[in-house]
This record gives sequence, structure tokens and C-alpha cells, in this order.
Amino acid sequence: MNSKLLTYIEAISKGMWEEMERDPAVFLLGEDIGGFGGAFKATKGFLQHFGEDRVVDTVLAESAILGASVGAALAGMKPVAEMQFSDFVTCGFNQLVNNAATTHYRWNIPVPMVVRLPSGAGIHGGPFHSRNPEAWFFHQPGLKIVAPSTPYDAKGLIKAAIRDANPVLYFEHKRLYRHVKGEVPDDDYLVEIGKADVKRQGTDISVITYGSTVHQALEAAEILQQENGTSVEVLDLRSLVPLDKEAILASARKTGKVLIVHEDNLTGGIGAEVAALIAEFAFQNLDAPIKRLAAIDTPTPYSPTLEEFFLPSKEKVVNALKELARY
Amino acid sequence: MATVLSMKEPKETKKIRWKDLGLSSAQLIDFYKRMLLIRRFEERAAQEYGKSKIGGFCHLYIGQEAVGVGAIEALREDDYIFSAYRDHGHALARGMDPKVIMAELFGKFTGCSKGMGGSMHMFDASKNFMGGYGIVGGHIPLAAGTAFGSKYLGKDSVTICFFGEAAANQGVFHETLNLAALWKLPVVFICENNRYGMGTAVERAHAVWDIYQKASAYDMKRGWFDGMDVIESYRAVKAAVDHARQSNEPTLLEARTYRFRGHSMSDPIHGHYRTKEEVEEQKKSDPVPRFGEELLHAGILTQKAVDDMEAEIKTIVNQAVEFADQSPEPPADFLRENVYS
Repeated sequence: MNSKLLTYIEAISKGMWEEMERDPAVFLLGEDIGGFGGAFKATKGFLQHFGEDRVVDTVLAESAILGASVGAALAGMKPVAEMQFSDFVTCGFNQLVNNAATTHYRWNIPVPMVVRLPSGAGIHGGPFHSRNPEAWFFHQPGLKIVAPSTPYDAKGLIKAAIRDANPVLYFEHKRLYRHVKGEVPDDDYLVEIGKADVKRQGTDISVITYGSTVHQALEAAEILQQENGTSVEVLDLRSLVPLDKEAILASARKTGKVLIVHEDNLTGGIGAEVAALIAEFAFQNLDAPIKRLAAIDTPTPYSPTLEEFFLPSKEKVVNALKELARY
Repeated sequence: MATVLSMKEPKETKKIRWKDLGLSSAQLIDFYKRMLLIRRFEERAAQEYGKSKIGGFCHLYIGQEAVGVGAIEALREDDYIFSAYRDHGHALARGMDPKVIMAELFGKFTGCSKGMGGSMHMFDASKNFMGGYGIVGGHIPLAAGTAFGSKYLGKDSVTICFFGEAAANQGVFHETLNLAALWKLPVVFICENNRYGMGTAVERAHAVWDIYQKASAYDMKRGWFDGMDVIESYRAVKAAVDHARQSNEPTLLEARTYRFRGHSMSDPIHGHYRTKEEVEEQKKSDPVPRFGEELLHAGILTQKAVDDMEAEIKTIVNQAVEFADQSPEPPADFLRENVYS
């Protein structure tokens, strides 16, 4: 099997490219995705290859972009809309939670659309360009949500999202774009939406996480192995909706100690639901209280010093794991 | 409730107004019949609401029938229609089965949304009736989406999108008009200005009272018509739809109309925000008898035909209510069925 070493953003681009080659109903729309190639260059070169009919530069109007995507999906198209920054999805909230999310429920017709949401902090973007807004949509039945952490998953999930008959929110972490590289098969493969992935096998403690913090967890796990001989399992959720409950419970039952990590702030986050599931269905297997590590419950600070303090980090994960190991 | 049409010559019929439109007598009679069906269907819906057979929200179209019927008659079967929350009339005008509409109002499993949507969520994909939407103005960009799809796929379908004048204050109305004008999308926006956004008069809500002029900001074709007149509605929408089909250019039309009932079932017809005199004055322009009398005078319709039509519609409405009443409730195990495709 041939593969290439790609960055995370290259893998996303590759996946979109393949799906556009495969299906003429797929088209891209968003602010400055054409000639500019996208704010983060995810669609660089697409305009030249696919033409302006399929790589559509929109006006700066998120509600119109998302609403038109719903309408185009109803007309048989497969729109892939880019929110330049996930923070800007706020302007199109109604289109997602009322129109996109409930159409199949109300009328039994599919709305095959993908919304790409460049998210996350650690780039000194400040309060309006650093959000991880997945929890807002996590609460809305009818939307699927994925959040890849690796180039392999990024390509497999964008392709699966484009082929899915439901509206799929694809959270891609901005800091991973060029910081993470990995082998990506040239093949036409999919990563199934709704399946978590054990990124590292372990027996003593489970870290349940997704997105950028997967990498912190993997590094921390290695440190604990080296320093303490503690065997840490890292479960990458990959999909938030549907949530892979079986994988979550299996890992919790196996190790009996769980640390949940995410970059979004703590209260009402995805971790709260994961913790509730474990408490409800795997309580008997627990050897320690469930622990959560997330960003602090404030807006994202611009100050690089405070941003570091605000966010989860490898060091914080190591400390949390050591606490759990001692319990 | 029988309609007795006056033989007194209506002012409008001094000359036959529809000669240039190429409409057959059968089509003209159909215009009238569809308006009458909407009127009788909704009068009955109001009664069933009073009996608690229909719950929640129910916004009647009574008074505005000429807009929906004239506009939708100007379409082809492959054209798309978006409605808002006052959607029963549009659904009936498009030829949706009155039984499934009434069943949806009753919250029954045989309704078009299987009882999941209710009054504001009528829908029929087989007729490209893309639904009612309950967030004011929130559906407008979807119309740009289907229009984009038609253009992309090389079809010459046109999309029309109904909304009230209050929706024209939503940001997404302006976002969509700009997009439609910029991308040259085959869409006709039809603002049904019934003069009140719930209880707020248009003069208290809009800096510019001529709603159609809002399109001037986007250099879009625009105009208004008498929304109490089905012929004017047909004429204006037909021209805009034909133009959209030929040139891919959008139009904003303002239908000047009036609702004879409250905003919903919870507010009285008059008293709170409009006077009885105002409503009575507007009722003199009631689009249903107004057009019926015109057809009668032109010799296209007879009182006998009107009586027969009333009887036929009464049966249709009775059957719809009976169907809805006897239909099963949606089963609890269906609740999760359609959340995802």
C-alpha cells in the first residue's frame, strides 16, 4: 500500500480532492477559499483544478453560506462549507441547529452537507479566533460531529463525512495543521464515523480524549511509562456524535482509572458526558474517581503566557496521570 | 358558510384583466377553487383548534390566499417552493393532499411530518414543496441553495421563497439577497406584507416602508403587487419567474396583503394592535369573493358552479378531518427513527 508523509492539513485537502474527483455533486464554498486558497490554505490549488463552479468564493455571510448549503443539499448537491474560523459559526447557528439538524427528523429526507470548522487555541488568536465550540452542537440531535487528531484520521473522516447523508461538523484543529505529520495511504479509505480508536494500548489508566489533546496524552503516556512504569491507554474518540460508548466503557472497565482530556473548557464539555456515561455504566469497575482536565472556564486569553496557563498541556496531563496512578 | 356572490358589477371587471396572460377558463376557475379550498380548510382548522384537536401553534393564511395561489400557479412542477410558518395555504396551493396536512395539524402519524413538525412544517418533496419553517427569515438562504443547485446541475428550475415583511428585518434576508444578486441565482423572493409582524405594524418596524425597495441595495429587480388580487399575483410572479428562468436573475416582489385572522390562534382579530374598522375595511377587498364575483360577471363561473364547488370542498375538508381524526398517533418507538438518515 502506497502512502505519503502528509501534514494534517494536507490530509484534509487530499481527502476533499479525492471526493471531488469521485463525485461531481461535491462542491466547496466559503470565504476566500478560491483564489486565496482558504485562510489556512486547505483549498490551495482547488480553484485552478476544479474551476469556480465547484470552488465557490462566498460573501462574508455565514448564515447565507450555511443556509445555502442546506438548500443545495436538498437539491441533490453535496456542499462542503468552510467556516474560516469555527468561532464564526455563531453567525450561522440557526441554519445548523434548526434547519440542517431537523430536516431529516421532520421530513425523512437527507441533508448531506459538511461544515469544516478550523478550531482551537494555542495560536495566540485571542477570544474570537481560538474557540472549540463542539459542545454547542454536541447537544443538538441531528448533527454528526467529528474531530480528527492525526493526518490518517483527517483524510478518512473528511471522506466519510462527505459521503454521509447527514449534516456533519468537521472540527479541524488549527494548531495541528502543520505541527502534525503522519503516513497517509494513497488509497480511497474511509474512517467510520462513530468509531473511537485506541491510539496507545495500556492497562493501568485510560486517557479519553480527542483532537489536539490526543498528542499531549500520547506524550504524557510515554513519560509515565518511562518514569513510573505506568501503562497508560489513550483512547481517541475521533467522533463525538455518534459517541463510541462501547469503546469508552471498554477502556474504563479495562483500566479502572479514567482521565478525560479536552481542549474545550471544562463545564458542560464533551468530557462531562463521557464522565456521566462511565459513572452510569462502569461504576463498579472504577478504582478511582473520574478525573477531567480541560481548559479553564474563561474565554481564551490572547496573552501567550496566560494562554499556556489556560490550556491543557503535556505537563498537566502528566501531573493528572500521576495523581490517578497514586490513588 | 355558503358563498353567495354578488351580481353587482365589481369595479375591476370593467374590462377583462387576464386577456394578456393566456389563461383558460378552467385555469381561472381553478384559481378560485384553490383559494376557496384554503379558506374553508383553514376555517375548519380554526374550529378543530377550538376543539383542541389541533394544539400548539396555528397561523392562518385567511385573507392572503390570492398571493399563494397566484404565485404557485405561475410555477412549473419542477420549480421549488419555500414557505415560512404560515404555510398551510402554500401547501394546499401546491396541491398537497389536504388529508396529510390536516393529519399533521392533528399531530398524527399520517401527517406529512408524521406528527413531528406540526403547523409550521408542511412538506412534500414529490412536489418540490420544500417546506414551512418556524424561525422567521431563517429559511430564506435555503432558497438560494436550491437555486444554486438548479443552476449547477444545469436545470432550469426556479425557486420561489415566501416570507412575511417582518422577516425582511432579519440579517439573513439581506445576506441572501446579496448572494442571489451577486451569483445570479434563479430565485424569486416573495414578501407577503400583511402589515403586521405579529402585533407590530410595518410602520413601527421598518425604516423603509416599501419593502420591495430593499432590493435596490443589491441592484435587484423588484416590484410590488396587489396581494388581494390573484390575477395580479399570478401576473407579477409569472413575469419574475420567467425572467429568472431565462436570465438566472432574482427578483424581490412585495405582495401587499392582509390577514383577516390574528397572528396565531392566541390573539384576537382586532383590538390589541389594529381596530375593528381597519379589519372591516380590508375585508371589502377579500380576495376570494372579489375574484369569484369577477368570474361570475365574466360568465366564466355560475352560481350553480360555485354551489357545487362549495359542496365538493366541504366534502374534501370533512374527509381530511375524518382522516386526521381516525389516524393513529405516532408510536413512541418512532421518536428516534428519523433523527439521522
